[in-house]
Amino acid sequence: MAVNRMRNAFAPPKKGETFELRAGLVYVLISKYFPHILTRCADLSMPTNGSTIILTSQALSNLFRRKESIQKTIMAMTLGKDVSALFPDVLKNIATADLDQKKLVYLYLMNYAKSHPDLCILAVNTFVQDSEDPNPLIRALSIRTMGCIRVDKMVDYMEEPLRKTLRDESPYVRKTAAICVAKLFDLNAPMCLENGFLETLQELLGDPNPMVVANAVTALSEISKASPETKALQITPTTLKKMLMALNECTEWGRVTILTSLAEYKASDVREAEHICERVSPQFQHVNSSVVLAAVKTVFLHMRYISPEAVKSYLKKMAPPLVTLVSSAPEVQYVALRNIDLLLQKQPDILSKELRVFFCKYDDPPYVKFQKLEIMVRIANDKNVDQLLAELKEYAMEVDMDFVRRAVKAIGQVAIKIESASERCVNAMLDLINLKANYVVQEVIIVIKDIFRKYPGYEGIIPTLCKCIDELDEPNARGSLIWIVGEYAEKISNAGDILGGFVDGFNEEFSQTQLQILTAVVKLFLKRPQAAQGLVTKVLTAATAENDNPDIRDRAYVYWRLLSNTTDQHAPKNIVLSEKPPITTTIQALPQPLLDRLLTELSTLASVYHKPPEQFVGEGRFGVDAVQKAAIEEQIQNAQENPLAADAAAAAVQGRDPQNAQANAENLLDIDFDGAAPASSQEKPANGLSGLEGLAGTPQRVISPSVPNSSQPQAATNSLDDIMGIFGNDNAATSSAPSFGGMSDSDIMNGFAGMDLSGQSSPPPTKTQTTTSNSVKKGNEDLLSLF
Amino acid sequence: MLSGILVFNQKGENLIFRAFRSDCRPRLADVFRIQVISNSQVRSPVLTLGSTTFSHVKHENIYLVAVTKSNANAALVFEFLYRLTALGKGYFGKFDEEAVKNNFVLVYELLDEILDFGYPQNTDADILKMYITPDNLSSAIRSSPSHPNASSDSSKITMQATGAQSWRRADIKYRKNEAFVDVIEDVNLLMSGTGTVLRADVNGQIVMRAYLTGTPECKFGLNDQMVVDGGSSTDKEGPMGSRGGASKATRAAAGSVTLEDCQFHQCVQLGKFDTDRTISFVPPDGEFELMRYRAIENVNLPFKVHPIVREVGTTKVEYSIAIKANYGNKLFATNVVVKIPTPLNTASIIPRSSQGRAKYESEINCIVWKIARFTGQSEYVLSAEAQLTSMTNQKAWSRPPLSLNFSLLMFTSSGLLVRYLKVFEKGNYSSVKWVRYMTRGGSYEIRF
Repeated sequence: MAVNRMRNAFAPPKKGETFELRAGLVYVLISKYFPHILTRCADLSMPTNGSTIILTSQALSNLFRRKESIQKTIMAMTLGKDVSALFPDVLKNIATADLDQKKLVYLYLMNYAKSHPDLCILAVNTFVQDSEDPNPLIRALSIRTMGCIRVDKMVDYMEEPLRKTLRDESPYVRKTAAICVAKLFDLNAPMCLENGFLETLQELLGDPNPMVVANAVTALSEISKASPETKALQITPTTLKKMLMALNECTEWGRVTILTSLAEYKASDVREAEHICERVSPQFQHVNSSVVLAAVKTVFLHMRYISPEAVKSYLKKMAPPLVTLVSSAPEVQYVALRNIDLLLQKQPDILSKELRVFFCKYDDPPYVKFQKLEIMVRIANDKNVDQLLAELKEYAMEVDMDFVRRAVKAIGQVAIKIESASERCVNAMLDLINLKANYVVQEVIIVIKDIFRKYPGYEGIIPTLCKCIDELDEPNARGSLIWIVGEYAEKISNAGDILGGFVDGFNEEFSQTQLQILTAVVKLFLKRPQAAQGLVTKVLTAATAENDNPDIRDRAYVYWRLLSNTTDQHAPKNIVLSEKPPITTTIQALPQPLLDRLLTELSTLASVYHKPPEQFVGEGRFGVDAVQKAAIEEQIQNAQENPLAADAAAAAVQGRDPQNAQANAENLLDIDFDGAAPASSQEKPANGLSGLEGLAGTPQRVISPSVPNSSQPQAATNSLDDIMGIFGNDNAATSSAPSFGGMSDSDIMNGFAGMDLSGQSSPPPTKTQTTTSNSVKKGNEDLLSLF
Repeated sequence: MLSGILVFNQKGENLIFRAFRSDCRPRLADVFRIQVISNSQVRSPVLTLGSTTFSHVKHENIYLVAVTKSNANAALVFEFLYRLTALGKGYFGKFDEEAVKNNFVLVYELLDEILDFGYPQNTDADILKMYITPDNLSSAIRSSPSHPNASSDSSKITMQATGAQSWRRADIKYRKNEAFVDVIEDVNLLMSGTGTVLRADVNGQIVMRAYLTGTPECKFGLNDQMVVDGGSSTDKEGPMGSRGGASKATRAAAGSVTLEDCQFHQCVQLGKFDTDRTISFVPPDGEFELMRYRAIENVNLPFKVHPIVREVGTTKVEYSIAIKANYGNKLFATNVVVKIPTPLNTASIIPRSSQGRAKYESEINCIVWKIARFTGQSEYVLSAEAQLTSMTNQKAWSRPPLSLNFSLLMFTSSGLLVRYLKVFEKGNYSSVKWVRYMTRGGSYEIRF
């Protein structure tokens, strides 16, 4: 009895999800032994006699159970459970006549092919067979899936099916195969080029079917983005004609692709540009907003070459569709608004009559509201300013603090933009001050400060502002008020008292406010020396003796010396009270080159962020650095998921035991420092280096004896560059940095991680200082594999 | 393009995870959950972390997320996500957590079909339904190799799905050829507290249900005077421009309507519209949205609202809301719902109305006044008095606008009329056409 129980305990668990799933998947074996059942049940439409019905239903239940198990497996996969252990069992189900089941198995395959690359070979046969199936849906499915199984062995077998499907009679299969070429290129570019798939793809641009053309354009533009040297997508007059033809017939998504490619194409002469604009502009009327935006982009970019009258008419034509975009779903609207913002910066008056469509609705999401505010300010002119002001005042009385602030800010921007409206704006803001809502008052003060910088004449309102002094608690608002007081010190009778109050609490203020107090008191002193004699000494003492912020101390010393200077009596006045040029605008505008750049990126993420794409996307997915970065990331991820195995794997790859791996880590550490040495020989030690030393706690090793070798090791210089790059001392041009540049962050991070490790476990490894550059490089590789 | 599509429920559970490129890793699901779903501070639908961008849309109780790694086309991504929800609705009736959970296999299948390597393919529900069916059995039959017609059927389907008229099957037959045209207008209004119209426009859509045999070519005419061509848009001098006013008057007298902008279903030949303003198309079978348009001139507002709201001290708010129907007395609006916002600290309200039923609904802080049938030219009044509880920190009441919802048959705010719908077909059959007009309250808001 007891023995039995013991045995049960040691037996492999018969429960658990994986076990059940496997049982369900293997159930199919029954059907293997009764193949006739399979054929019967697959064909339910056939009339069956009594006996077969029983058999069929039996087999069917098995079939259903099997399918259900696959479904459950997929479900588990979605939930993030690792069901890769079932790979062989799922794979057994691949040769099925049931299309739904086939799709499920394929889905599983795509997800886990990488974990069982060897077993994938078993699926190849089915794929190749399927690619010759009489049913075009199955042919397309097989070629589509094959491209997604990123296993070398599979790629080897792709050549033949792909070649056939690219010339398939069914356009549905051809369009799928076209995309598959892009997949293959991503996996194995040389193979793709050798087999001439690129040429075949280029031929597909002339396909009679518009969707095939669209997908060929898609694939070609993807390839030429990934590696421009292939010159995959070259638009010639013939292809241009084909694309314009396909434009009117293909799906909306295809239109976006074609339009985007057309936008990137540089027209050879004016007539061609005119032709493109003419053919593209009807797409403004498309219901899909991404098509509209893509069309706007294309026309906008080609417009540069055509006559001014034509430009005018196209601008007029694109305004209504742009406005229509504003009534689409909030997320689409947001993208549209960001793009309209860009267009307005280039062509400020295209929407000047459309102010009212940008009025915020009560239930617009905040990101839409903020953007609408910005656009309204951009299109404000002296005709619509009254309307706009009334609306902005309305917003300033809402409850969402952030929105209210922006509304107040917008009023200020309008005042500075349109001189004739400035008085109305100022009055509007005074009304808002009277509402006494704390956050409104603070924002109004900040905005009014800017108004004074353009229109110094509104000093009459200063008493009203000064009344709010107790309500201000934000450094920005306090600073603004103090600035106003200092600037108009001669006209404010109690300026001394006001500033005196601030000076008393000088040390409690934010540093930003402290700077303003300092300047304002000095201004007051220069304007009314008798009134502020004591105050200025007090504040200068406080700022120099009691303050530990170097900025404030320095400024105080500058003022002190300026004031105690006796050679030139007028120097302080000339410097501190000098006439400042009035500001012209407070509306944010992008610098011209960036704007021009972003206009070529209309409707992309770059246009949403108003940033060039390099700032938020790594350089091309296929660049050397990106690939290496990806490799490192993958390793890091593996290490995170399974540190032990990764360690062992890394060690195994190197043919070393884990002990050695640890030693490698030490080597790695030193790379950074060995690398630093040439820096000291090339130029003075950068500040950044000392920062690093401090972190690592091993400052001595900076001057390492390996200096003589340091000119050779690529890896070493390159990690140096990374460090230098981070600290803004960019000498990357001298080395191989471009090839490794992408990994700088992770490099350094790894470096630090390694330092911690070894710092605890071993004494400073002196041996590494004598390591040759060769081993340094090796060390770097080890590092990569470790992390 | 798209690296993957993820679907989450509100708790942050990953319901669907479909990667289209190798750079979409499972852990991204956790990143999104942490950064967006469990973060209440999110204020943008796009979020970029590292080089990964998450674009999300919330629909019913699920999040639909697109993962991109490159500088993707943001407009396309969102349009696609919305198309996905439309597709889900088309397939499951309602696209929510339950529908996704119950049909997750089908959702995967759809995703596989509509996206290839992250590039959207055909997303037309009608076509997809031809070969991706919720009914497992029928698809098993279709795909079984022993079925003689299977592959030829599929060939037809795929020809269809990629053809120049990918939206219409070739062999449609009806005994009775009919076409129904619904002109549906959403009228948007924003009126200031003083009664001036800040913004009034009409978003219209023309929905068609075509039950026509063969491959009919339709021509469609409206009483519009398109300004879309830009030539005449110079006289759009804004609402106050006297010149614009004059030309408006003449146009209104001529019985024509100015459409600001219009957008068409993909079946409409845009090139033809661009050259000679004819709307000609081969319609899909069944129901589809033929066009959308926008009008801002001569908007007939069906209701005039006069709200009087007085705050008496800090404890009482008095309401007196009068609504007048501004359309012919033969017409009547149905389902008129007026939502009158009340302060957050309202203790009790007893509304009295001359017509319909009014009730205070505390969970939305509104008096909801429902009038089932509102005859033209009549005027109804609601008066109420809100008692407020005193609060320790007296926060100003933001006074959200009063909103109105209604539907009004045989009335178009823009004045748009369908002039003709001609059907040309080889068979030369006669067809019956029906036209219906309806105006609804879009965002009909009145500040007070």
